[in-house]
Amino acid sequence: MSNHPLISYVEEARWRGMSNKQILDSLISAGWQVHDLTNVFLDHIEIFHEPITTESKENIVTVRNISKIYNKTIKALDNISLDVKRGSVTALLGPNGAGKTTLVRILATLLTPEHGSARVAGFDIIRDAQKLRSVIGLAGQYAAVDESLTGRENLEMVGRLYHLSALSARQRAEELLQQFDLDDAGDRILKTYSGGMRRRLDLAASLVVRPQILFLDEPTTGLDPRGRFALWHVIRELVKDGTTVLLTTQYMEEADQLANKIFVIDRGSIIAQGTADELKKQVGGDVLELHVADRSFINEAVGVITQFGNEVPHINEDTNIITMAVTGGTSVLVDVVRKFDVANIKINDIVLRRPSLDDVFLTLTGHTAE
Amino acid sequence: MNHTLSDIQVMTKRNLVKFVRIPQLIIFSTIQPVMMLLLFTYVFGGAIKTGTDEYINYLLPGILVQTVLFGAMMTGIGLVDDLSRGMIDRFRSLPMARSAVLAGRTITDLIRNLFTVGLMTVVGLLIGFRIDHGIFNFLSAVALITLFGFAFSWVSAAIGLAVKTPETAQVAGFIWVFPLAFGSSIFVPVEGMSSVIGTFAEYNPITYTVDTVRALTLGLPVGNNIWFSLAWIFGIMIIFVPLAINRYRAIS
Repeated sequence: MSNHPLISYVEEARWRGMSNKQILDSLISAGWQVHDLTNVFLDHIEIFHEPITTESKENIVTVRNISKIYNKTIKALDNISLDVKRGSVTALLGPNGAGKTTLVRILATLLTPEHGSARVAGFDIIRDAQKLRSVIGLAGQYAAVDESLTGRENLEMVGRLYHLSALSARQRAEELLQQFDLDDAGDRILKTYSGGMRRRLDLAASLVVRPQILFLDEPTTGLDPRGRFALWHVIRELVKDGTTVLLTTQYMEEADQLANKIFVIDRGSIIAQGTADELKKQVGGDVLELHVADRSFINEAVGVITQFGNEVPHINEDTNIITMAVTGGTSVLVDVVRKFDVANIKINDIVLRRPSLDDVFLTLTGHTAE
Repeated sequence: MNHTLSDIQVMTKRNLVKFVRIPQLIIFSTIQPVMMLLLFTYVFGGAIKTGTDEYINYLLPGILVQTVLFGAMMTGIGLVDDLSRGMIDRFRSLPMARSAVLAGRTITDLIRNLFTVGLMTVVGLLIGFRIDHGIFNFLSAVALITLFGFAFSWVSAAIGLAVKTPETAQVAGFIWVFPLAFGSSIFVPVEGMSSVIGTFAEYNPITYTVDTVRALTLGLPVGNNIWFSLAWIFGIMIIFVPLAINRYRAIS
């Protein structure tokens, strides 16, 4: 059925950016009978799910209305749609359990969604799964490399499983070991590798075939700051070479550092999207952050600062830190300090800063991301 | 199809390298049956009446079958180990044949079983076991034993993929392996068992297989045992190969 001439025509027309209405009109004017068309379209309803716009050509990933339900009740993803531009770094940002990993696993063909459709690099994630696998790379939350093999053997194995010849697999392994600064360790068994080296090898393994898109699922979770910084550097280098990256992270800083487009995900839905700057603008103005000297001052302090902002201040009772979005620049700072002085509210610290993505998350969801 | 074979080969090689690099895996899984062999030969053997001249000639065929049965448990444990380390995710994201992970694992365990059977035979020969009835008979016996182990590798794979943690896979393995192994003619003749156990033992696939192997090595007529044994082996594979493959496909 899927090779019905109409279907390929329609798919191509949609790829060129025609709307469903335009496609129908063009088919009817080409002499097709309406009832033939209806039959075909009813059989292939999924390709009419939602019009794909002219952006299709520049988007390497198009996700439409995807839902994933675990155990028939838990909605891990709730009607998600998004596009990823070719050559971009896109971040799915959200707390644990938000659904980011589920989405990446769906796009990497490891999971099947209950509803919706998605195309990656021109392939349907379900119908063309096997073809899709040869053009994607996936590096996971846990460095999925074989403990009892050497670094080189790991890369050669993956190359062979991508069906490279033995010779090409060996050459590619050598290149990658050099590229990822593992050439000295290449012939050592992985048991002797540090966490950072394993991550680098895992990343190298996902690049064996120079994928059109690289999925990185929490690439730096569990790494120390140095390891994280080194991995960011590696990812930036890849992007410079033109690799499209879709990464998930729960670290605001990571999304801020790497991504040119961020989708904020919470409880299976996209709650905001844009560049880091655009998201920060949503907070509006600056963030006033103050650390009161004692818990007993919290209520009074909140009473004072509420006059200066439009939103409810966020109180962290464990750290005695209060944050609130404010407009009005540094004069706010002066006014607040003055009023605190009059009211005899003791503070350890007070700052006025540009909003971080944490603040964005707080503004959007009312709870923190981590 | 070409790719499928090369994928299976890559996976088998990868698994075998692990056994060479971590020889403890093979040593420990061999020490246990060797201990059983010595224990039964020198401690219990004198008290067991089997109708054969030397107990070792009765025991060794049983111990060989027991060795591959216990060896089959490693299939499930190995798969779950890969699963918990994220290796299966990696493999599933590659354009490799879907069947290669399972086939590679069971073939590896078949090769490993062949190796341990060889080792056990050498130990047996050192303590008095005799291959008196032709090398062809003995090799046929070894072929049946490894085929038997291969079938149970798929049972183990299906169970392992259902329980999903290495520790549970180990425990879950013992639950079915133990009654099968001891309610059989591995150590003692079925005739001496109480009626309920005896009936269980009589229809036990292990008994049919052990009795066939024993007949081959002792130069006795194999009778129908070989057909019952093969029927069990293929019956188990017909059920558990698709079951394991389904379990593998359902991983998410």
